[in-house]
Formats: sequence, structure tokens, C-alpha cells
Amino acid sequence: MTEASFDSQGAPARKRTSLTVTDERTKARNRAETRFRAYGVAAICVGVFFLIVLAFSIIRSGLPAFTQTVVAVDFQLSQQDFDEAEAQLFKTKAYEGFLIEAIRGKLEERGLEADFDAGAIERLLGKPGSTLREHYRANQQDLGQEVYFQLAAASRVDGYLTGRVTRDTLQDSRFLQMSDLDLIDELVAVGVITRSFNWNFITGADSGVDDPGGAGIGASVIGSFFMMLVVLVLSLPIGVAASIYLEEFAPQNWFTDLIEVNISNLAAVPSIVFGILGLAVFIQFMHLPQSAPLVGGLVLTLMTLPTIIISTRASLKAVPPSIRDAALGVGASKMQAVFHHVLPLAMPGILTGLIIGLAQALGETAPLLLIGMVGFVARGNPEGIVAGFTEPNSAMPAQIYTWASRADPGFYEKAWGGIIILLIFLLSMNVLAIILRRRFERRW
Amino acid sequence: MYDTQNKESALSQDDIKISARNVQVYYGDNHAIKDVNVDIEDKTVTAFIGPSGCGKSTFLRCINRMNDTIDVARVEGDILLDGENIYDPKVDPVQLRAKVGMVFQKPNPFPKSIYDNVAYGPRIHGLARNKAELDEIVERALKRGAIWEEVKDRLTAPGTGLSGGQQQRLCIARAVATEPEVLLMDEPCSALDPIATAQVEELIDELRQNYSVVIVTHSMQQAARVSQKTAFFHLGNLVEYDDTDKIFTQPEDPRTESYITGRIG
Repeated sequence: MTEASFDSQGAPARKRTSLTVTDERTKARNRAETRFRAYGVAAICVGVFFLIVLAFSIIRSGLPAFTQTVVAVDFQLSQQDFDEAEAQLFKTKAYEGFLIEAIRGKLEERGLEADFDAGAIERLLGKPGSTLREHYRANQQDLGQEVYFQLAAASRVDGYLTGRVTRDTLQDSRFLQMSDLDLIDELVAVGVITRSFNWNFITGADSGVDDPGGAGIGASVIGSFFMMLVVLVLSLPIGVAASIYLEEFAPQNWFTDLIEVNISNLAAVPSIVFGILGLAVFIQFMHLPQSAPLVGGLVLTLMTLPTIIISTRASLKAVPPSIRDAALGVGASKMQAVFHHVLPLAMPGILTGLIIGLAQALGETAPLLLIGMVGFVARGNPEGIVAGFTEPNSAMPAQIYTWASRADPGFYEKAWGGIIILLIFLLSMNVLAIILRRRFERRW
Repeated sequence: MYDTQNKESALSQDDIKISARNVQVYYGDNHAIKDVNVDIEDKTVTAFIGPSGCGKSTFLRCINRMNDTIDVARVEGDILLDGENIYDPKVDPVQLRAKVGMVFQKPNPFPKSIYDNVAYGPRIHGLARNKAELDEIVERALKRGAIWEEVKDRLTAPGTGLSGGQQQRLCIARAVATEPEVLLMDEPCSALDPIATAQVEELIDELRQNYSVVIVTHSMQQAARVSQKTAFFHLGNLVEYDDTDKIFTQPEDPRTESYITGRIG
């Protein structure tokens, strides 16, 4: 068709344009798109940058918590030495003397000066004599044999090696003197002072406020585990049953609308409110034990339920109605349609929601403040399953909070170390969520 | 309104499978089906035609009470299946749906294996005592669904992996596996290409020997090809119901004529 024919039909004359020349409108549009992409990339870069900074600082501050400074010596004690020491009035002093001799020997072997006194060793190691004595009294067959001892060094020795304590900042001579630092340097040089992996941090319980070296997160991991068990056992069946009823069976009326709105509201209620509710209902009214993982689990269940209900309902809603029709069409009852067809298809979404809810509960501190799981010093791991639920214990985030608020700087790195452990748990739960989703995901 | 009473007298009572009397359907305030009376014969394909929104699918869904699943839908009047009112309070819709199977507009196989798709109905109704019987039922149903030859070597493959036409025939096989007496089809070919449509139509013709088939269709050609009886719905009314040949050649109502000649709809 020619241009003339357009004109003849009364259409406005169209300017002939080339496709190879970009016009102004297109240019403006392209610029806008480029700008938008740049914003997106910038936003992601900022996010990734902060993530890297966060991960780096957590790892740098937390890693020292996983190692501890030890004084490692080969030690030989004869039957005669043992009898002599046991005959003395200050028995542990005698053992300390043997240790000092052994350390002196190490230094002199390498031709180094070895003029330090028992006070220095006590500042470095606390009271090592009693550790040695306990060992030999319990294992008399070791007498005359060479035994390798690893004795935990004091928190400030640890601090000196990790850079927390320097010669400039050394103030309180009660704990460590300048001459001790020289001794430490010498002992490091001959390999008597080394750093070794701190299993006690992972398996042990919290220590007192003056002993950061002995503090472990193990007991609170168990506390968290029992809490999560309570949350899982209660919130999964209650949450899923409530969602299925609301989504598939409940009549649509003002009452179910009200319930629906309130569930959404509950998801937004600050967690400390659940904490005070738990304190009032579970502890003051029902007289459940304070600081117990059972109560913590109940409170966290209340907090997790809305999350699980919302995500379960969303995944039930996402199942195409044609599947329900198909099941009803072959004569399945409503319940058969839901349990045989809808629920399996909604499973990946339900599991993801559940695990995200659990992860949220695992990291929650505020409600635990109010039911007494914070600031409590767990002296050991619970004995047995029932005790695990009812004996006072701490939880991982509560333990971290406790450490962070203590004065001794040694606890500071314990707190960071605890965060690393907590993050490992959260990450593995998220990975599990992804794996489960992939595994159960089916297309229709 | 076309009067079906005169026609009915010509048929013996045994030939009538479903009879609807003064059926009204409301969706909330919307009066979707107005006073429908119809007698559907056994071993016959009955087509419901009419423009979109005329109520033909709604009426179809009344016959196996699928409208019960819609909260706002309300059905009045009586629908008799073999002389029993299916809206009687004593009737369990689940039992009814085992007798009145349904095939939907979009193929909707379960995301399970082909075998499990077909075996699901017989399983929940307890039609098979053991695995061998179930295998037999599945094979018979797939053969009736005219898909046995294509899937017999991959019964464990997912039903959703089949092509659209195969999926629809699988759904038909699934519907016949529960040994229904009536088969309702809601635009079963609207999502299919012409070849798959031809296969399904051929299948519908075969199914007529065992079942009373009611099919809703948008395609008048399809209605003319597969059905012996045709009902024309318009704005919620059953305008005309007669032998298909008669409807398409000498319609009595001017609205029917307008519709089949393409002037309305």
C-alpha cells in the first residue's frame, strides 16, 4: 500500500522513519531501564557488602572462642615423688613444684633463662597442682610413665595470645605482671604454651562470671533442642490442622473472617508480649517450673503458630482447585480429597513454613527473658529426657545474651563464638528446608 | 418454555436415567438456572449447548452435586436419578458422585502415576479385593478410555507427563474406573487440538453403549456429531430440548434458530 492511498482514506500522513535510527522516546525509555538496572545492581552490592562485613566480623571475633590456650608439658612422676608429695601438708603445692621443675627443664634444655616463681605459674595456670594430684590419685598406673598434660591457661594469657591483652593495656598486676609476659613469650617459643581446639566450648555448660575459659554453649544447645522439640510437636499438628480446617472446611462467615484477621495480627505481635503471657499463664497460673525448656517451648509455640498457619494456608491455597474437583469427581469425600491430594501437594510449602518458623523460634531471645532463661548459669547438662524438659536450662540466644552482658572481656569472644554456633544451626535448618522443598516439589 | 412432558409419554420409564423437575439455582442473589425440566435418557449422549454464561455447566454440576462445594450456590427443585431424588437430605453426595462420574474442562490428572490416577477411585470405593483385581479394573478402564495402547508400557510414569489429549482420555478412564452409571463431561475438548478432539469424540460415542453421557459443549458441530439429544440453554432457561437432528434442522424456538445459525451467542 502506498502513502497516497493512506492520504486518500483520510488517515493522517505518517512520517517515514528508519528502524536503524533510535527516536527520542525510545532513547528515554532505554535510559530509564538502564537507570533502573543500575539501582538494582547497586542495591544488591550494598546488601552483599554488608553481608560480607557481618560474616567477616562474626568469624574474626568468634573464632578465638573455639580454641583455648593450654600449657602442654610431658610430665613424669615416680612412685617415690608421689608418696613424698602425699606426705606433705600442702599436697597441691608439692605437685605444683614438680610442674615448675618440668617447665624449668623445658626452658633450660633450650638454654633460656628460667627464673620464675610459683606465683607466676599460678597467675598463668590458676591452681595446676590440684589438677595434677587428682590425675595421679585416680590413675596410679601412670606413675613412672611419661604423661602429656594440657592445662588450661588463665583467661588473660589467652587474651595476650589473641591480642586482647597487650603490654600497653596491661593494668591490673594482680592478674598478670609484665615479667609474666616475658615468660609467656619464652614458653610459646619452646612450645609449652600452645593453642588447642576447645571442645569444652561446644559440649560444656556455662561457667561462673570469673571463668570465661571454662564457659561452653553445649548445655544451652541442649536447652534449645528440647525447646524446639516442644515447638515442633505442638505447633506442627495444631498449625496444620487449624489451617486445613480454616482453608478447606470452615464456612465463610464473619466469625471465620475475624479469626483470620486475628491470626494475621498475632504474627505481628512483638515476641516479648508472648513472653509476658507465658510468664503469667504458664508460670504464675499453671505453676510450671521456671527457666525450663518446656515453658520456653510453649511460649515459642504460641509465637510460631501464626507463622505456620499463614504459610500452610498459603500453600494449601496454591494447590489448583482442579485437583480438588478431580478428587471429588471420582467420589472422594472432602477429607479424602484434602488428605490424599491437596495436602501432599502443599507439603513442600508447609515444611518450608514450618522450618522457617522453627528457625525464627530458635533465634528468639525476648520471650525467654521473661520466663527466666536468661542470666541463668547452667552448671551441667541435664540428666535424662524428662529433666531436659523440666530442669532449668538456658537456650542458645539467651546464653549469648548472658555472655554479652558480662564484664570479663573473655566472655565477649564467647558470645561471638555462640553466635557462630547459632548461625550454623540456622543455616543448616534453612538448607534442610530447601532440600525438603526440592524433594517434595511436584509439578501439576 | 419447551414442554418435555409430551415427549416423555412416548418413552418407557426405564429409558429415563435422570429427570429434573423445576430446578432453580442461585449464586447468592443471581438466579442462574430458572425452572429447568429435562429428562435424560440412558445409553444416550445428551449435549447441552448455549452461549457462555447460559447456565449449562451450572446445570451439569447440579447432576452430581458439585455445586455443593460452592458456598454461595443454592439449588431448589428435584433431580431424580433412577427415580431417587439426589437432593434428598438422606443422600450422601460422595456416594452419588461414585455413580455419576465427571470429566472436567481442563484435563486434571492427579500428579501421580498413570496407574494410581485410574486406581484411585476403585481404591477409595473398595471395588477391588486385591492387587490382581485392581490391575484388571485399571486395564479395563484404560481400554475404555481408549488410551491403553499408548500407556500400557509406562503405567508408573506420571499422568501429568502425557499430552493434553492423552491426559483428557486418562481423566475419562479415571471417571469410568469407578463404574459410574452417568458420565458428565464439561466441555471436555475445549483444551484439546482437533486430532485429540476427534479421538475423544470417538470415545464418547463408544461410551454411549454403557453409560448415559451428558456433555456440555461450545461447539455446535461437536454437539451435532456426538449427541442424540440436544438441550439449548439461554440466560438460565432451557429453551428447547429434542432430538439432535431436529434441533439442528427444524428448531421450534426462534432463539434456538438464531443461536445455531450464529446470530446470537
